[in-house]
Amino acid sequence: MAARMIRASNDPVQPLTADRIGLTLDGTPHEGLRGQTIAGVLLAEGVLSWRRTSVGDSPRGVFCGIGVCFDCIVEVNGVRDIRACQRRAQDGDVVRTQHDELPEVTS
Amino acid sequence: MTDARHVLVVGGGPAGLAAAESALAAGARVTLLDSSDELGGQYWRHLPSARPAAHEERLHHGWQGFVRRRGVLAQHPDCTIVTEAQVWAIETGDAARDSAATLHAARDSAATLDASPGDAATRVVPRDGAAAENAAAENAAGAVSVTVHVLVGPPDGTDREPQTYRPDALVLATGAHDRTLPFPGWQLPGVYSAGAAQALAKGERVSIGDRVVIAGAGPFLLPVAKSLTQTGARVVGVFEASTPARLLRGWSSKPLELLGARGKAPELVDYALGHLRHRIPYRTGWAVVEAHGTDRVDSVTVQKVDASWAPIPGTRRRIAADAVAVSHGFTPRLELAIAAGCDITSDRFVRVDDLGRTSVPGVFAAGEITSIGGADAALAEGSVAGHVAAGGDPADVSLRADRRRRRTFTAFAARLERAHGIRSGWTGWLRDDTIACRCEEVSCGTIRSTVRRTAQTGVRSVKLTTRAGLGICQARICGRTVEELIRTAEHDAITPDASLSAPGDSGKDPIRPPVSTDRRPIVSPIRLGELAGLAASAQLPPDHLDLPDARPARSAED
Repeated sequence: MAARMIRASNDPVQPLTADRIGLTLDGTPHEGLRGQTIAGVLLAEGVLSWRRTSVGDSPRGVFCGIGVCFDCIVEVNGVRDIRACQRRAQDGDVVRTQHDELPEVTS
Repeated sequence: MTDARHVLVVGGGPAGLAAAESALAAGARVTLLDSSDELGGQYWRHLPSARPAAHEERLHHGWQGFVRRRGVLAQHPDCTIVTEAQVWAIETGDAARDSAATLHAARDSAATLDASPGDAATRVVPRDGAAAENAAAENAAGAVSVTVHVLVGPPDGTDREPQTYRPDALVLATGAHDRTLPFPGWQLPGVYSAGAAQALAKGERVSIGDRVVIAGAGPFLLPVAKSLTQTGARVVGVFEASTPARLLRGWSSKPLELLGARGKAPELVDYALGHLRHRIPYRTGWAVVEAHGTDRVDSVTVQKVDASWAPIPGTRRRIAADAVAVSHGFTPRLELAIAAGCDITSDRFVRVDDLGRTSVPGVFAAGEITSIGGADAALAEGSVAGHVAAGGDPADVSLRADRRRRRTFTAFAARLERAHGIRSGWTGWLRDDTIACRCEEVSCGTIRSTVRRTAQTGVRSVKLTTRAGLGICQARICGRTVEELIRTAEHDAITPDASLSAPGDSGKDPIRPPVSTDRRPIVSPIRLGELAGLAASAQLPPDHLDLPDARPARSAED
């Protein structure tokens, strides 16, 4: 196991009802709640990474969680470089793993 | 239109909220900007209004105070709250005056924001129509003219609305973020800053894992442990790098100071009791020195460290964990203050006097950018700064309690640093292949060998050679680490020289610390399309055409 959402019945804050929303990550559907960030939806579904790095081709997801590190950037509805930890998910968001190829060396 | 002073507050955490409230009480007109769509900052990070909870207060200290203050600001006729507002540049002096001429034209082209992004709490706001009228008042008050450029809309969006402010006084309350020192494997998914663990727990009700290791330094590790246990995670250990002797020296000297910080004592006791109740092992003099796993963390290695945080051979111990949260302290978010021309202290905070005034007339600072003292300090600092920024009398009786609290918490911050501040021995847990710059994936070995091979010791030249610190986070995460690696490598290689100071940083004080990795003329990455749009509407600051070190520039540069 890894990241997951707290079960509402065990949550001391006693969450009230929230709308369910859906998004896709590279075509795979994921469900969440309105008000979650894209990172929140994916982590709650046990997905830890949605970017592969340019140099090492290694997976990245949330690191700082507050919009500072840009590790969690992702493509949302065709727009790249969106911090998943900052952007609230909208129903129907089409999210794609981001991978920036290194520029070709010409010398 | 009133002739009240206009105070612009940047940051809606404890310091900014307190500043806004006290500025209003002193008769000012206030605009409060925050980059999030919810007020509260990191300290009162909470579930968004789209996802309400019956008992949010159970996760927070001082929640009622926050709700009360938020309500006062939301209902005050002279207060405008703009959320999802990203400040991306600040200009002062002549540059600001030059762009004022273009402001009228820009204002006419977009009289109001056409949509209020996010939740209902966001108000539709008119452009700052008082800007030109206020110019005269600014001069009379001797304040430096400051122009603040803002984009309003969903984070990293493509069509955010530009806004420009020329306030009579500016209060910066931009806060701080975790400083996490690198260790082998820290780039693996499942390794989080402690602040991320906290933000996900409070703002998302997501637990980062089932078996979690917390490590680093400072009392902030305790609330993180508490938040995680409240998510149902099992915290298998909290590892504080500072040694017991140092913690005792830091915390037990001058106990009366601690009593003065009375807001803090119950909070710390509460966390300590939480530890007992949940039987969380709390070890001092230990550090996480490696995270293991292929595509995600499956275990971590912890190791005993000495008083300098150097790992002690023969004490490594591996622990199964599916998540690790690490924080070794905080880095204040200084870029706006630096852009405004504020003096930075030798320990790299915004220099303020006991009224929150920076070295730039009319610019104030409060909260974690002035010292890491926690939310109570930030509230007191914000109250004082907001009052004075509004033109209130510093000798005002209503300010006495906050000024006294402010002094107490300044002592508290010094105590925190004595007990938990980063010690130089930590580089002993690095390997040559340990990633230092997460964005550009530059290893510690590359940085050190570049310094030795090329005799480069300037932060800028090493950055340009290795690309460390030139990635999309603009060195927010690795900047100070890279500086430290350069300094320590250089120590072996050659004699230090003055080249650590940034270009344009010259002259006034040669022993001033290097601020190059804190300096970001464009404060937040913005899209080329937005930049083009700003230029078309003549809002682009003329002196800030140098682009940030962001990806689009890379191919041209290489």
